[in-house]
Amino acid sequence: MLAEQLINGITLGSIYAVVALGYTLVFGVLDIINMAHGEIFMFGAFVGMLIVTKAQAPLWAGFLGAILATAAMGYLLERFALRPLRGRTGGSPLAPLISTIGVSILLENIAHKIFGAGNQLFETPFAEIRFEIGPITVYLVQVAILAISLLLMAGLSLWLRKTNAGKALRATAENLETAALLGVNTTGIITATVVIASAMGGVAGVLVGMAFNYINNQMGLAMGLKGLAIIIFGGMGSVAGAVAGGLILGLSETLVVAYGSSGYRDAIAFAAIIVVLLLRPQGLFGQAPPEMQR
Amino acid sequence: MSRMIRFAGLISILAFALLFMGAAKDAPKAAAPAKPKGPAIPAKIGVISIITGQGSGYGEAITNGFKLARDEINAKNEVSIELVVADSSGKQEQALAAAQKLINSDRVVAILGPTLSTEMKVVAPEANASGVPIMGTSTTAAGITQIGKFVFRNSLPESLAIPASVKKTVKKYNLRKVALFYGNDDVFTKSGFDTMKKVAEELKLSIVTIETFQKGQSDYKAQLTKIKALNPDAVFCSALYEEGAVILSQARKMGIKVPFVGGNGFNSPKVIDIAKEAAEGLIVATPWYPERNDPKVKAFVARYDKAYGKKPDQFAAQAYDALYIMAEALKKAGKADRQKLRDALAGVRNFNGVLGKFSFDADRDVVMDPVVLTIKGGKFQMFQ
Repeated sequence: MLAEQLINGITLGSIYAVVALGYTLVFGVLDIINMAHGEIFMFGAFVGMLIVTKAQAPLWAGFLGAILATAAMGYLLERFALRPLRGRTGGSPLAPLISTIGVSILLENIAHKIFGAGNQLFETPFAEIRFEIGPITVYLVQVAILAISLLLMAGLSLWLRKTNAGKALRATAENLETAALLGVNTTGIITATVVIASAMGGVAGVLVGMAFNYINNQMGLAMGLKGLAIIIFGGMGSVAGAVAGGLILGLSETLVVAYGSSGYRDAIAFAAIIVVLLLRPQGLFGQAPPEMQR
Repeated sequence: MSRMIRFAGLISILAFALLFMGAAKDAPKAAAPAKPKGPAIPAKIGVISIITGQGSGYGEAITNGFKLARDEINAKNEVSIELVVADSSGKQEQALAAAQKLINSDRVVAILGPTLSTEMKVVAPEANASGVPIMGTSTTAAGITQIGKFVFRNSLPESLAIPASVKKTVKKYNLRKVALFYGNDDVFTKSGFDTMKKVAEELKLSIVTIETFQKGQSDYKAQLTKIKALNPDAVFCSALYEEGAVILSQARKMGIKVPFVGGNGFNSPKVIDIAKEAAEGLIVATPWYPERNDPKVKAFVARYDKAYGKKPDQFAAQAYDALYIMAEALKKAGKADRQKLRDALAGVRNFNGVLGKFSFDADRDVVMDPVVLTIKGGKFQMFQ
């Protein structure tokens, strides 16, 4: 059972990691927590479901559709909920956060109106394919989820470190004004960041549909809160932190159920997060607060 | 200048609040009943149901059952019932707010509902304290009617249903060890689990593990992998249909082939809608069997099908009978008086409804026999 539970945990952890990556990107560049990220992820799942299950299209089309839809939502979020508040003097620094909370409530209710409450089936064409390695059963879906998540994390990491656009993003994250002075198109970078982060949320949504087969319009909230906890735990703004935090949370939740009592699953996972934060407030991979303010 | 803006903002917020309160007051009300001729007893009965949100499958069936019964009852011209329907969305606070509005603002003579035992636990004390008779048609947890003498229910409690389904399954499949799986954040699923555990212990079954989940969860893989590894002969599951259907589906996909015995939450055909083939073989106990060879049942099924385009499930049937029981009590009471209605309800014995013979016991709880059904070929059939 241990091997199968480990696979469960890693599958879950990969999905958490992809969601957390979306949060950490936005936080790193904009210094805000995008509370609408969970709902965008949920919309990605529904768009994927419509394409894959309702229209019987292949899985890559589902991913494409989800990415396009959530990227568009990310753009709208940045353009109409975040940009107008930037640079407004006299406003509370929490205004963008509240704005994203408003968007998340709006999105949840729109989803309720369009898709109805209750679970909807997300059927992947190859859901039944599995391999037997000795006494362990591994599903192709689980392998696919892990592969896609790793690809995404590696791709993002590479993009941030090696490409010029990635460098520009990191520069903007480090200091907005200086980057602007040095000729970086900060407005474009910020828009790109939110779009990419939302697209990752969309991918995670389709992954969740593949993994659990059922989606509903409430899952944005739960996943969003977990994603938040993960980035705080892993270090806000750190890509490695999001990945590590996601995997650790997924594994700990699964192993607590497997070897402890399933009633304490969330309690133990979050208690562990509290302990780590008490010992290391900036999170696992986070940087200690710099002397200079942004 | 900013002072003016703040003041203007305050005024507009107040205006919006008043606007919304007004809109909320015009919340969904049932259409006015046919005009009665002669001395029909008029009565306003409040209904708290899950119209929107998770669990709306229950709410839709229940409200349809009420409406069908109301139209038939009013046509007889002995009582004239007006239903005031309020949406609880499955949330306690909303159910309580709806109850207060029905009791104080609409001045209803009685309340039917709410849908979930979790909601009933907060609404019933309120109704009881205000002297308004309240009857649950789908609340099956333990301890509901004990809340007060104004609290009734006609929904067969888990404490009667589960022993029936468990005993029959044990006999048929020769069960020795079982796993228990329940939702630990809902009054009904927890109460169902308590009964399942008690019955399992009475029958000397060995409980290999007890797993829990919460409402709204999508991923049951960890718990199910654990259950699968321990190899029970059956799984007893206490859940509402949203979670229950997903659990069934994921369990079957994972290769758990043993029989599942479900609590009252599984009695909705929504389970079959959501879980599809995974629902095959599920065993439940219910007071409602639509294929029963009874002219009253057949007539009800036909009328419901004609009105709503689908066959009535347990929740529709219980709601239908509940309104008829209310009408009977109203006739006995003579007028729409809360105290008189309560006394008349408490005296209901041997009422003949589509669920069979029904009486309230001394605690205003249900006296009725369940049938054990299983899902075969995509519908509920007798479990042999």
